[in-house]
Amino acid sequence: MRFQAASDQALLVYLGKEIGSAAHERVVQLLRLLQQEPLAWIRNIQPAYCSLLITFDAATVDHAEVQAKLAEYESRADKMPSGKARLVEVPVCYGGEFGPDLDDVAAQRGMLPEKVVELHFARTYHAYFLGFAPGFAYLGDLAEELAAPRLQTPRKEVAAGSVGIAGRQTAVYPFATPGGWRLIGRTPLEIFRKDREPMGLIAIGDQVRFRPITKAEFLAPRQG
Amino acid sequence: MSLLVVESAGLQTTVQDFGREGYGVLGVSASGAADAVALRLGNLLLENKAGTPALEMTLMGGTFLFPDGAVICLVGANFGAQMDGKPLELWRPHAILPGKRVSFGPTKDFARCYLCVAGGIGVAEFLGSASTHLLSGLGGWEGRALRKGDVLSIGRLEKNIRRRKLRTGVLEELKPKKTLRVTRGPQADWFPEEAQGTLSRGEFVVSEESNRMGLRLDGPRLVAPSKPEMVSEGTPLGAIQVTPSGQAIILFVEQQTTGGYPKIANVIGADLHSVGQLRPRDTIQFEEVSLAKARALWIEQQRLLASEERLFL
Repeated sequence: MRFQAASDQALLVYLGKEIGSAAHERVVQLLRLLQQEPLAWIRNIQPAYCSLLITFDAATVDHAEVQAKLAEYESRADKMPSGKARLVEVPVCYGGEFGPDLDDVAAQRGMLPEKVVELHFARTYHAYFLGFAPGFAYLGDLAEELAAPRLQTPRKEVAAGSVGIAGRQTAVYPFATPGGWRLIGRTPLEIFRKDREPMGLIAIGDQVRFRPITKAEFLAPRQG
Repeated sequence: MSLLVVESAGLQTTVQDFGREGYGVLGVSASGAADAVALRLGNLLLENKAGTPALEMTLMGGTFLFPDGAVICLVGANFGAQMDGKPLELWRPHAILPGKRVSFGPTKDFARCYLCVAGGIGVAEFLGSASTHLLSGLGGWEGRALRKGDVLSIGRLEKNIRRRKLRTGVLEELKPKKTLRVTRGPQADWFPEEAQGTLSRGEFVVSEESNRMGLRLDGPRLVAPSKPEMVSEGTPLGAIQVTPSGQAIILFVEQQTTGGYPKIANVIGADLHSVGQLRPRDTIQFEEVSLAKARALWIEQQRLLASEERLFL
């Protein structure tokens, strides 16, 4: 456990150095304990791969006090039940107009687009955290063979539901936003809806699987 | 219910309050007024609650019709507000008679002017806040900037408004600055000595490509660390992150909640409202202070803003 002041009102708590399940398990356990026994002066918690950013009420506490309290919480956090991971299935129509970068990714890797698709949906992914935009879940770990850098120039607008890959990660864009990930498909599901509980389809700690669907299935009206 | 009719919207006019802090786990950044100090004072001058929703105008204001009348207070930047050709002073309440319109032009000084209304602007809350989050199209008025023809509900006037006035000196003390005070960022040690020097001595220019998500800075480039890519982590409000090309970006109210660029410094809480009043092409500088100093400045600013005696005559 390592602490680092991030701003005059925020402290970073590092629980590891590398992306992986060991560090992330500790992140989720500390998050669960902080949610179960909330501290009044915490204004926001932003979990990530190996860290939590704690924003606090600087008029009430200072970094040293926050640090001491979090160290005490962390010493108890390993007793938090990790809970059953939810399995979320995301149907995806790969390639074509929905996955404009699929052919490029395949060509760069010297494989057929079908192989890229197979490598993508063959795995069950872990939702490390939500960031960038509401409901945007960082899913890992993508097959090493598919690891690709972000686009040199990000797109000004990526369609909602687009499935992208970047490095060892994959994600679904919840909204039409700018984006630099390589797009290989699209889901017809609404990833984030403010009139739904929970609003986000994918939460931190969830397991996520992708299921290939045809364009006809993508366009078919859905029930419920 | 009284109404406000948007006859022209201006460059980017959104409904804002103090934002929705506390939803990082969902990937939701707080949003909220870019100049929260101005919003607070505008509301207090109207005897509203400090975080009552208001209209935030950016660089160029619009024209708004009040068919049922209202009491309003304009705060922040001077957009040359007028009613019937007569100028409306900033930082004091004005009664607007039914059927009158208030019009704004381009800014004469800072980036954002707030139109506060006694009783507030009525929009549905999303995650406990009325503020607009433009990137995701959530919150505020239909999740977007206002357009010509929009009709919003505003608070109905139920009591007489006192002619409240700010004490002299208050505005001077809270005036937005062009020298932003910063504390060291979590990756400050990753940067070579030169980069620290550039940050503390350089003059940076706010790029045209700046918005509520972040302010991109032109001018001197910072020498980026040679370390390999860092592991993405939570990004505080006001973080100054540096891209591989050495460009500094100040993350702001509609920020991405996590990021993988190293952060060299962070604007202190007491100066965040100054960031909200920066215009494209403004020249700015940074001055490093200790965490203890930053905290003392924050506490002092919070005390002033909470003290009726110190704020008002």
